[in-house]
Amino acid sequence: MSDSILRVRNLRVVFPHRHGELVAIDDISFDVRKGEILGFVGESGAGKSMTGAAIIGLIDPPGYIDRGEIWLDDERIDQLDSGAMTRIRGDRISMVFQDPLTSLNPLRTIGDQLVETILTHMPIGEDEAKQKAKAGLEEVGIDPSRFDAYPHEFSGGMRQRVVIALALSAEPELIIADEPTTALDVSVQAQVLKLLRRLCQEHGASVILITHDMGVIAETTDRVAVLYAGRLAEIGPTAKVLNEPQHPYSQGLIASTPSVEQGDIDTRLFQISGAMPRLDALPSGCAFNPRCEHRMDRCVAERPDLLQGRVACWLYADG
Amino acid sequence: MDEFIRVEHLHKRYDLSEPWLARMIYRRPKRFLDAVDDVSFSIERGKTFALVGESGSGKSTIARMTVGLLTPTRGKVLIDGHDLHDDSLSQAEHRRIRQRLQMVFQSPYASLNPRWRVGSILAEPIRVFRLAQDRDEEQARVHELLDQVGLSASDARRYPHEFSGGQRQRISIARALASKPDFIVCDEPTSALDVSVQAQVLNLLKQLQRDLGLTYLFITHNLAVVRVMAHRIGVLKSGKLVEEQDTEKLIESPQSDYTQMLIRSAPRIHRAAS
Repeated sequence: MSDSILRVRNLRVVFPHRHGELVAIDDISFDVRKGEILGFVGESGAGKSMTGAAIIGLIDPPGYIDRGEIWLDDERIDQLDSGAMTRIRGDRISMVFQDPLTSLNPLRTIGDQLVETILTHMPIGEDEAKQKAKAGLEEVGIDPSRFDAYPHEFSGGMRQRVVIALALSAEPELIIADEPTTALDVSVQAQVLKLLRRLCQEHGASVILITHDMGVIAETTDRVAVLYAGRLAEIGPTAKVLNEPQHPYSQGLIASTPSVEQGDIDTRLFQISGAMPRLDALPSGCAFNPRCEHRMDRCVAERPDLLQGRVACWLYADG
Repeated sequence: MDEFIRVEHLHKRYDLSEPWLARMIYRRPKRFLDAVDDVSFSIERGKTFALVGESGSGKSTIARMTVGLLTPTRGKVLIDGHDLHDDSLSQAEHRRIRQRLQMVFQSPYASLNPRWRVGSILAEPIRVFRLAQDRDEEQARVHELLDQVGLSASDARRYPHEFSGGQRQRISIARALASKPDFIVCDEPTSALDVSVQAQVLNLLKQLQRDLGLTYLFITHNLAVVRVMAHRIGVLKSGKLVEEQDTEKLIESPQSDYTQMLIRSAPRIHRAAS
């Protein structure tokens, strides 16, 4: 139908609260194209993980999707019952979480877990599944002779490779990777990201990569969405957003990230004053306006939509 | 060179052996882990020395030994010429040395007592080291500390949970400053914080160093942070110091393979673009 594997339209996620409701995600729309890696970046509480959870239907109650549509290819998935959603999870969309120790069962061997996943999602026999599991391990750089090893026998980076093998085992169309390398050392992080990128290319799977690290975004993603206080601040091709960020928040986020390539002891890092507002105390208009250097009257009065499909900021209203 | 702290041949060994009976039955030898293996360095007064390394390299173990939270198996920590781990020192002498050493921990969510008001958290070191004559002076000092880290005097009445992560780390820094230390060990002080808040906290630490002439031992895994924070860097790998050099030299022309690998792997924002 289109070249998008996932389309999210006007998504709004709400948590009921003593005094009304908390809007965790407010009117977010985006597409994930086939074969691309879309990055979600933002600070804690910006709604990155919540967006991922909304897509696979795993928002913790009492939160719920209040408005909006989520389309996987040409099937609308935000209103499916839990049985149908369970089939989509793992089968067509799979997840990679931050901590591989909590996503693997410590009491069962990794081979066992791989075979189970494959058997659940594919109409093949046990022997074939075993072959496939071993091939999967080899693909992520783990010796198939470790098929019968338990998760605790692996290092953090190796465990995350196992999780990636698991995520890919049912040949999903979309992988949501939520801070997949945050718990890993930098050298291991680089390997795991490279692996994720290569395998998704080979399998033709699209990825939503959720991270707080601009460096990871730069090195891994094709396009990036910057989230702030549950809203989309800016979205566009990664190189473009990083080199010419338009939203004052993206500009600040990039400028305040220290770099190995420049600066010395006398450098004063750029800082955005204040902190992200809590969801129960969102300012009127643009959520970033109390911290913004370019604040205008309009920013307090009116909330900007995504202008030219790129940036939600009144500075660009007339361009 | 005006040396403030000198660490000599520091060594920390942990005994990982199985219990005695199991060793006898299965004839297994004792097993040891050398978490820190013969590490020496010194820090000039008013400067920042950073220890960089991956998890398990011994960074935090060294940090804890330099403030006296852990005892080294071998080796010495000399603070202004005094041996921190010298058992022959009297309690009073120990206390005098310890007052000059403070630590800021990684997670401000875990390092502040949730049941104490910020005012009490900051007043405790002042009382322990008897730095105030009376309550009024203590209160004045608490307010001064809050002001120094960019919080307001009224925050003294609030509890830690009422603050954001960045503000909590400011409180931890204020608590470290309360005993009027010369030397602060910062153990990954910003790795639990968001980027925009990290910049605020790093700038604050630099400002305080300039204003108060503090000496820092900065522990981190993030080479980009180290570049703007440290005068000198030591790279740790499995408990050993593999390279030690002035910051710019180390990052621009690293000598060891390990350091080169670390620098290569550091994610860069603008590499993708160029």
